[in-house]
Amino acid sequence: MNFLLTGVNHRSAPLEVRERFAIPEARLPEAIRRLAQYPGIEEALIVSTCNRVEFLTRTTNGTADLTGFLSEYFSAPPDEFRGYLYEYREMEAVRHIFRVAASLDSMVVGEPQILGQVKEAYAVARAVGTISSQLDTLLTRAFAVAKRVRSETTVGTSAVSVASVAVDLAKKIFGSLQGRTVFLVGAGKMSEIAARHLLAHGVGSLLIANRTPERAVQLAQKFHGQAVPFEQLYELAGKADIVITSTGAPHSLFCKEHVERFLHQRRNKPMFFIDIAVPRDVDPAVNDLDGIFVYDIDDLQAVVNANLADRTEEARRAEALIDEEVERFLARLQTADVVPTIVSLQEHLETIRQAEIDRVRGRLGSLSAEQEMAIEALSRGIINKIMHTPIVTLKSAAREGQGTTIIDVVRRLFNLRQQERMSAADAGSADSESKGAGAPE
Amino acid sequence: MPLLWLRVTVGCYAAGLLYALALLSRRGESWRRVIVPIVSLGMVFHFVSLAEAAAVEHLTLASIHYSESLLAFLIMFIFMVVRVKYKTTSPGLFVFPLVFLLTFAAAMGQAPPKSGSPLLHSGWIFVHISLILTGYAALVLSFAASVLYLVQARSLKGKKGGKHPGVISSRLPSLETIDEIGYKSLLLGFPFMTFGLVAGAAIAQARYGPIYFHDPKVVLSLLMWVVYVILLYTRWNNGWRGRRAAYLAAFAFVAALSAWAANFFSNIHRFLAP
Repeated sequence: MNFLLTGVNHRSAPLEVRERFAIPEARLPEAIRRLAQYPGIEEALIVSTCNRVEFLTRTTNGTADLTGFLSEYFSAPPDEFRGYLYEYREMEAVRHIFRVAASLDSMVVGEPQILGQVKEAYAVARAVGTISSQLDTLLTRAFAVAKRVRSETTVGTSAVSVASVAVDLAKKIFGSLQGRTVFLVGAGKMSEIAARHLLAHGVGSLLIANRTPERAVQLAQKFHGQAVPFEQLYELAGKADIVITSTGAPHSLFCKEHVERFLHQRRNKPMFFIDIAVPRDVDPAVNDLDGIFVYDIDDLQAVVNANLADRTEEARRAEALIDEEVERFLARLQTADVVPTIVSLQEHLETIRQAEIDRVRGRLGSLSAEQEMAIEALSRGIINKIMHTPIVTLKSAAREGQGTTIIDVVRRLFNLRQQERMSAADAGSADSESKGAGAPE
Repeated sequence: MPLLWLRVTVGCYAAGLLYALALLSRRGESWRRVIVPIVSLGMVFHFVSLAEAAAVEHLTLASIHYSESLLAFLIMFIFMVVRVKYKTTSPGLFVFPLVFLLTFAAAMGQAPPKSGSPLLHSGWIFVHISLILTGYAALVLSFAASVLYLVQARSLKGKKGGKHPGVISSRLPSLETIDEIGYKSLLLGFPFMTFGLVAGAAIAQARYGPIYFHDPKVVLSLLMWVVYVILLYTRWNNGWRGRRAAYLAAFAFVAALSAWAANFFSNIHRFLAP
């Protein structure tokens, strides 16, 4: 196995340090190649984003001087950055890369970009040819785990900002926002953010009214909206599906009677009021009307908080899922370790059997077909019986993590040639290199 | 044989019923992927059962169990159309239990006495019944949609950020979509219902003369039709939706149910009349 991972992330290091470690995209292939050529390293991969830089490797014998590499590559004395690095080995490295891919290690847990970034890093490393059998298996598994976390938990699906909650609610009411009209009443910072979010989700047109018309015109230009005079507020509001209010008015702008009139105008089509003004611009009683949905800033914040709490809860479930996947991955790797030994054991005994039959065949004279078959069955039966226990032992040892010791014992007992294993490993890596990299010869 | 297929169907729909129950808890999510194949398979068996019963055993549409079964099938059919078009299984919350009950009753019921009335084998009666049943099925879907609309609207108004704003509501489609499902089903069902009633009236007029109008089932059916028209009109003219539309739809649904049940009081529809 021999996985070794080191790196910095937003928790372990401040931005100044992460900046120094960050490797720009253009230089990434070269960096990965150098890492893979560093003494003691077999396979390598580097993930570099603004929040983290991860150096994932498979070493020849379980350890390698990654700090030395970093010091050399970034030409900085190790003491300068040692305190910011974390280092994971074997199972912990597997877990870490699973968590990173599943976005559980992210600053905003569940944010979706990181998986894409890891996938890109993987693609770069494959193109360079620094990934072969084991890291390949590990990364492929990590992507599957990330997908599983996404589909089985709701980490990352809930909105955790006021503006995105507003968009979510609007979608719950109107379905698609395509072709909807948004009316900004008051052009503050917050309403601008909300409007930008809504526009990004396909809202058709934007009306803006402000007490100081200049600001409305300015915003309208920015978002390709239409500035309207504040006096026409009540005539135009009925045309809007979503009304975002944020004026400094000391009392409600919209009360029940107004909104009833809007409803009549628009033939009872629903309306969504997002009231981010304090004091409120929309009378809370408006929410009692059929088909009218009013959310003030506290309501939105409450949804945000609930979603945040939900995320932590879901993150806990996701961690449990990761634990399970790490176990499963290790078990699989370990059984994969013993497979070559089992194969060569079978081949070895089969050669002996054939040789022995050939040796005595001459002395047996002519045999009937039935007798031939009986000899075949007898000899096969014997070697199968002999092989049974070693194979079972190998498999169970692999599951318990003692694969390597038993492999050695079996190989020595049966005098299996060491080079067979080597050639098998070579074949494996050569194979995955050729299919993966397409590297020029 | 048809009964056997029908029982297999009931088994498949039972899975749908369980899914509807699971939707009420948090668990429903993982079911979603398997449920549609299961009930689709159920529909295949259902279709086989219906076709075989009609072809081989000459069970007529007028047998109560057969029409229950056919109604269930039509409801499932519209449900599937909705699912394909709007990518939602949430009407299943109502549809699955109802369909299960209908097929269950049909599958467990005794084989009905074959009616000797030649009327039942006429093509017109077939048209009459299948049109009306399609109308019923659309009405059921529309009613289911209006209840879902209420649930969703309430949860959006409740703004319970603190608690889960309704496990169900988070899985429901948007209000707009639910509204459209309800309205479209209504629109679709209306011509069927109308022509079904017209066909029925024509048959009865020809056979019994004007007395058929005093039959309770006929009266209830007409009442239902009137409510249906009101529903469509208020929606089309005033854009009524939400609570008021749901009440009306519920009323139409109850009228439909009583019209359905009225077979027990009806002379004409029992076909005991000379």
